[in-house]
Amino acid sequence: MFTAAAAGLLVALAMALVRAVRGPSVFDRVLAANTIGTLSLMLLSVIGFLTGRPEFLDLAIIYGLLNVIGTIAVLKFFRFGDLGEPGSEGTGR
Amino acid sequence: MSGLVDILSWACLVAGAVFSVIGTVGLIRMPDFYTRVHAASVTDTVGAGLLLVGMMLQAGFTLVTVKLIIIGLLILFTSPTATHALCKAALMRGLKPLLADGEAPSKR
Repeated sequence: MFTAAAAGLLVALAMALVRAVRGPSVFDRVLAANTIGTLSLMLLSVIGFLTGRPEFLDLAIIYGLLNVIGTIAVLKFFRFGDLGEPGSEGTGR
Repeated sequence: MSGLVDILSWACLVAGAVFSVIGTVGLIRMPDFYTRVHAASVTDTVGAGLLLVGMMLQAGFTLVTVKLIIIGLLILFTSPTATHALCKAALMRGLKPLLADGEAPSKR
């Protein structure tokens, strides 16, 4: 039954990848990357149960932390133009 | 008793996978960026939550369940934050929402 859940998650990952490739604006791509991050987090946990190795859960925690940091960093870059000062809007446009 | 827990956890796992697929189908088929955000939130809340509950029922009272709860809290705190920042950044950069007819259409 973990195999069925992993197969469904792989189908969902493929469809999120389609949106990431086709996305008209950069925000669609960031949204698809965020969804792919969540889905791969769940896929890592399911694979950990599927193979009987609970170490995969630690990898999933690390992946979730990196995912949110990456999303916020990319969004701050596209909103403010740089990563350094939040007040300097419009410098890098 | 163990068979009942197994059936419950399998139902949760399959339902979580189905909701994840539903969320990404919405991510492909929705016409606008803001509606796509709405569709993607299904994956982050119901899909991930049901999958985590199913795995918790399989694990029982162990350290694995604690790690699964930590992953669930991580998703519940960071996913709305990322979505809020995403929508705010899109609005600040001038991405118009798709409105009803008679209004200005969005750039798809």
